[in-house]
Amino acid sequence: MCAEPARRIWFERATQQRARGCLMTQATAPLAAAAAPQLPASNTPSLLFRVWRAITRNLVVFYAFLALFYIYLPVIVVFIFSFNDNSGRYNFTWQGFTLKSWLNPCGVSGLCPALVNSLQIAALSTLGATFLGTMIAFAIVRHRFSGRTATNVLIFMPMATPEIVMASSLLALFLNLGIPTGFGTILIGHILFNISYVVVTVKARLQGMNSALEEAAMDLYANEWHTFHKVTLPLVTPGIISAALLAFALSFDDLIVTNFNSGNTVTLPMFVWGAAQRGVPPQINVMGAAMFLVALGLALASLGMQRRSA
Amino acid sequence: MSPVPPRRGLLSGTAWMPYALLLPGLLWLGLFFVTPILTLLSTSLQEGSISTGYRFTWRFANYTNAFSDYQAQFGRSILYAGLATLLALVICYPLAYFIAFRAGRYKNLMLLIVVAPFFTSFLIRTLSWKIILADSGWVVGMFQTLGLLPPGGRLLATSFAVVAGITYNFLPFMTLPLYTSLERLDASLIEAAGDLYAGPVTAFFKVTFPLSMPGVVAGTLLTFIPAAGDYINVRFLGTPSQSMLGNVIDSRFLAVLDYPTAAALSITLMFTILVLVGLYVRRAGTEDLV
Repeated sequence: MCAEPARRIWFERATQQRARGCLMTQATAPLAAAAAPQLPASNTPSLLFRVWRAITRNLVVFYAFLALFYIYLPVIVVFIFSFNDNSGRYNFTWQGFTLKSWLNPCGVSGLCPALVNSLQIAALSTLGATFLGTMIAFAIVRHRFSGRTATNVLIFMPMATPEIVMASSLLALFLNLGIPTGFGTILIGHILFNISYVVVTVKARLQGMNSALEEAAMDLYANEWHTFHKVTLPLVTPGIISAALLAFALSFDDLIVTNFNSGNTVTLPMFVWGAAQRGVPPQINVMGAAMFLVALGLALASLGMQRRSA
Repeated sequence: MSPVPPRRGLLSGTAWMPYALLLPGLLWLGLFFVTPILTLLSTSLQEGSISTGYRFTWRFANYTNAFSDYQAQFGRSILYAGLATLLALVICYPLAYFIAFRAGRYKNLMLLIVVAPFFTSFLIRTLSWKIILADSGWVVGMFQTLGLLPPGGRLLATSFAVVAGITYNFLPFMTLPLYTSLERLDASLIEAAGDLYAGPVTAFFKVTFPLSMPGVVAGTLLTFIPAAGDYINVRFLGTPSQSMLGNVIDSRFLAVLDYPTAAALSITLMFTILVLVGLYVRRAGTEDLV
């Protein structure tokens, strides 16, 4: 049955028709031709296809904004409750507006020392992991060596291992060796879980790079060191920077590895973890909101720089 | 993925160069990843108590005991992580699709907007969900008005809250790989499918989705693996009756100091995930992950 094709704008019916072997009939063909007369027929998707696509496209937009709302809901709540004039230990119900937590972010004892610890560990572990990981990435992409597959597996394994396994295994090691846990053991763990992410990020940049530029430099009598310094390194730098930012973010936000291997050292996530049991001051929300603003500011700035240089 | 390395690179003529580059990093991974896993394996076969000390005795009973004692937590870990991964895929795929195909010159900006909230600490975000899902909150009110929840029903301290929290927390791990593979996709292939009389739905399932498979595989793995080991969402949004394997490992290791059981559970979790990931990757046909 292929009757009344002109009224069948709805895609589902049309697909059923096609399934039954009814291709576009005489009545729909002029419609499609009229809609795009200036384009050669071979480049023009069918009218039905475009109508449906217009609908789905707007559905996708609608859906995307719904998803964005879901993503931003907790952030909005974090912001709102950072202005809460809460009395008592918990900050779960709205009691009135105040700026006091923003004006006195270190007003809770232990919060700011924890922040400093977190920043130090994140900076040091970023430095260590970026250094170690970038070298591995260069070796994997730029060199032939035996044991390549084993190396790839070793790099992949920490990412395929749940963090709690890594955390508990490190603690098992330190316990068995009698090493006291603290700042140093947290650092060891953070460098460990960051190495793989750095390797993967830098590797992606190296693999996408055009080697013609380096070959051109060599053809122009630059020696190996000059080529590396003046051509290769500037080209890889964006990859190294994004790897370092990722490492910093992962380290700064880590609870699990830290929780197992921290001893008496308190990082910001550890402070929040403890506070969740004792009572949550609004200053924690101030920290969360500030982190969001700093990250957003940095990201927008880098985007602006990309745009200007592009 | 082993591209032929260019013949001319930094000191590529010297045979020891790659090993010099690899050595420090691999040494770190060997010392602080491989050795600890082996230590964990040996700990899991120890016998004794914290007061008398633990000795290595090939005690495989630790595994059978741990498994029979914590079957429920084990099942919940896999179930919650699986549900959260599926939900995250359903939420993130259209979002990634929108950014890749519809955001035009605002692509990078949109991506930033999506990822930025996840720079607010994991724990603070999760605490925020505690406020949103609170008994007196508007979400519970809305659910009750819509009849989805009986009067007096709760969202907080239920499996729903835990799964919702896990789903939320790992969204960027799903969105970014999906976006990367969709962004690379050649849009003319979808148009070609249209020209060949594939409807949009057919075109999506026969062209777009299969071509985005590397992103789907990477995204689901990056979500499932940390989700299965998570214990923070249960602690903040659930109760002990929702507890997952992570909660047990956490308390056995840090509170009860029952190291052999905790180690046996960790090893079990690790191997279960490795097996699941292996099977999944083989089925999905994308072995080229790293």
